Amino acid sequence: MPQIFPKKANILPHISLIGALFGGVFTIFFVWYYFSPEYTDVGYEPEQPVPYSHRLHAGQLGIDCQYCHNWVEVADHSNVPPTQTCMNCHTQIRTESLKLLPVRESWATDAPIPWVKVHNLPDYANFTHTMHVNNGVGCETCHGRIDEMEVVRQVEPLSMGWCLECHRQPELYLRPNDQVTTMGYVQPADFVERNMERIRIEHIEPPTYCSGCHY
Amino acid sequence: MSTASTGKSLAFTAGDGYHDDPPLVAGNLSFHEVTDLVALHTEKKTPMAWYGAFSIANIGLMILLLSVAYLFWNGVGVWGLNNPVGWGYAIVNFVFWVGIGHAGTLISAILYLFRQKWRTAINRSAEAMTIFAVICALLFPTIHVGRVWAIYWSLPIPNQMEMWPQFKSPLLWDVFAVSVYFTVSLVFWYVGLVPDLATLRDRTPLTKKLRQKVLGFFALGWNGANRHWRNYEKAYLLLAALATPLVLSVHSVVSFDFAVSIIPGWHTTIFPPYFVAGAIFSGFGMVMTLMVIARKVYHMENIITINHLEKMNIIILLTGTMVGFAYITEFFIAWYSGSPYEQYAFINRATGPYAWAYWTMMSCNLLFPQFFWFKKLRRNVAFMFVVSIFVNIGMWFERFVIVVTSLHRDYLPSAWDYYTPTAIDVLTLIGSFGLFFTLFLIFLRFLPMVALAEVKMVMPQSDPHFYEGHGDGHGAAHDLSAGKPESDRGKS
Repeated sequence: MPQIFPKKANILPHISLIGALFGGVFTIFFVWYYFSPEYTDVGYEPEQPVPYSHRLHAGQLGIDCQYCHNWVEVADHSNVPPTQTCMNCHTQIRTESLKLLPVRESWATDAPIPWVKVHNLPDYANFTHTMHVNNGVGCETCHGRIDEMEVVRQVEPLSMGWCLECHRQPELYLRPNDQVTTMGYVQPADFVERNMERIRIEHIEPPTYCSGCHY
Repeated sequence: MSTASTGKSLAFTAGDGYHDDPPLVAGNLSFHEVTDLVALHTEKKTPMAWYGAFSIANIGLMILLLSVAYLFWNGVGVWGLNNPVGWGYAIVNFVFWVGIGHAGTLISAILYLFRQKWRTAINRSAEAMTIFAVICALLFPTIHVGRVWAIYWSLPIPNQMEMWPQFKSPLLWDVFAVSVYFTVSLVFWYVGLVPDLATLRDRTPLTKKLRQKVLGFFALGWNGANRHWRNYEKAYLLLAALATPLVLSVHSVVSFDFAVSIIPGWHTTIFPPYFVAGAIFSGFGMVMTLMVIARKVYHMENIITINHLEKMNIIILLTGTMVGFAYITEFFIAWYSGSPYEQYAFINRATGPYAWAYWTMMSCNLLFPQFFWFKKLRRNVAFMFVVSIFVNIGMWFERFVIVVTSLHRDYLPSAWDYYTPTAIDVLTLIGSFGLFFTLFLIFLRFLPMVALAEVKMVMPQSDPHFYEGHGDGHGAAHDLSAGKPESDRGKS
């Protein structure tokens, strides 16, 4: 009886075994890395309707975050300021600037400026600014060095795993409440002990169970 | 396998050498006739009857696909589930199918280790049945999670959510137990198939290139060399040893889904052995149903003889009685525990709103197999077919009774309710049979339904001393008729 397969077919079992092994590992790695928000979401930098510069306002001028985003201490949702907040200053300063034309238009017509939201969470994940800000999570911990950004960009993945890294070990990330809005905050040498002490006294117990955030 | 000495060679025709056991292969078939008998069905033109059966099975499969698609689109609300019965048909069907999946590995692994030679006639189709039943079983927990696109959360795969399965949950143990069982059963089945696929390959005429290539690919270059046989038998033995604990562990783990909880009627230490016995019982019931039809349709009466069927009936009788004993033990323990909740759960089972299901289960599982105490009845093909159908029904109802009656009276009387399945529930169950029979018909059409190599090993001709020693009392060739039934004697 003649041979059905050529001799080189003998290599097929070896190739398929190795292929299956590496293929499996590769698939898992591929999904784990390329399907994660760390790959898909970080660096999101949408064009805004007004060429507003955080570097100028928060960085060079040193305006506190909460001057504009004034709900963070009391509300789940951190607000984007209304046109009125801009006009607090800009009725006096740079009143003729072309860059501010959309702001003045909004002021005149009562139509809000359509800012584009940068930091998006899925609908099924609840995030509360007040709980985080009042327990010593700094703005820059999640949003990065806003004071160095011309246009706001997402710098952290905001993925569940990323949240859990802090929820499991908050002592590595917390800072005193008066330093929450500080940009470029440097932790002192004994900050872990300081945070452990605070966590113990204030019973800071970030949830790591499902319904902590998915409710 | 057949390293039997001359003295033992008689065992093929004469059992232990003292009793006059009938031969395992009747009709005084030669090796070639056995090959022809089995291989023919994969080689000839597809019969119209097969197409007919396949169409009906395919309608079932379509019903399954449509009802599952409807479920995915709308969510589990389309099922009859609600408080307090949060587990309904899906879990009943899961346990039912996974239980049926136990016969194949029991026949091929445990009976192999115990040197039960009669297994060779049915092991191939029983193993195929196991694999297809486990496929049906795996379907139900998958679709009942509701958000089926997140089913991979049940596997420990690295992910950006840094989420890990809950290893304290019996539901996760289930994932591992059933998927390991499926993998091992599939490998075991395939390894057993290799020599037979080579037989089919070698029978293929040279003009049929594709068939030759496909069979040649799956036969892994098998050429019947001594070294091949030695490796094969070693691998088969090792796989049998690996599969044996799985037969016991898988359904034990399935029973933990219930036993680990605190619901009266579920929270019972008897569950693991009772579930394993029930699984083997239901599995043999299904094997019997399929084999009675297959041996008739494919004219396999000489290979799957009435003696094989009788042995299976004895196992059905044994395991059915064990299951019945477990039912009664549950009642005893409920009384003996002194716990009013436990007692209520069981009295409610027998007399409450689901008493009809309970007594269906009792009569099908405990009562009907008792007829097999009579030799006449356990050798009656029509009768055993009817009983096997009752066993299938009874074992489905056993799971229904366990799941539904335990839940519908929970700790909060205001929540008590009567669970009724919806049409989608019923259609999914019917559809799962469609899936099962579709796969089984494909198997019957394209693969050798009897393990040819293994059947030949238990035939008297396979004894190396078969053709020698005329008149010295060692050979058996001169006296083949000795082991044949009375009626056949003297004909050859």
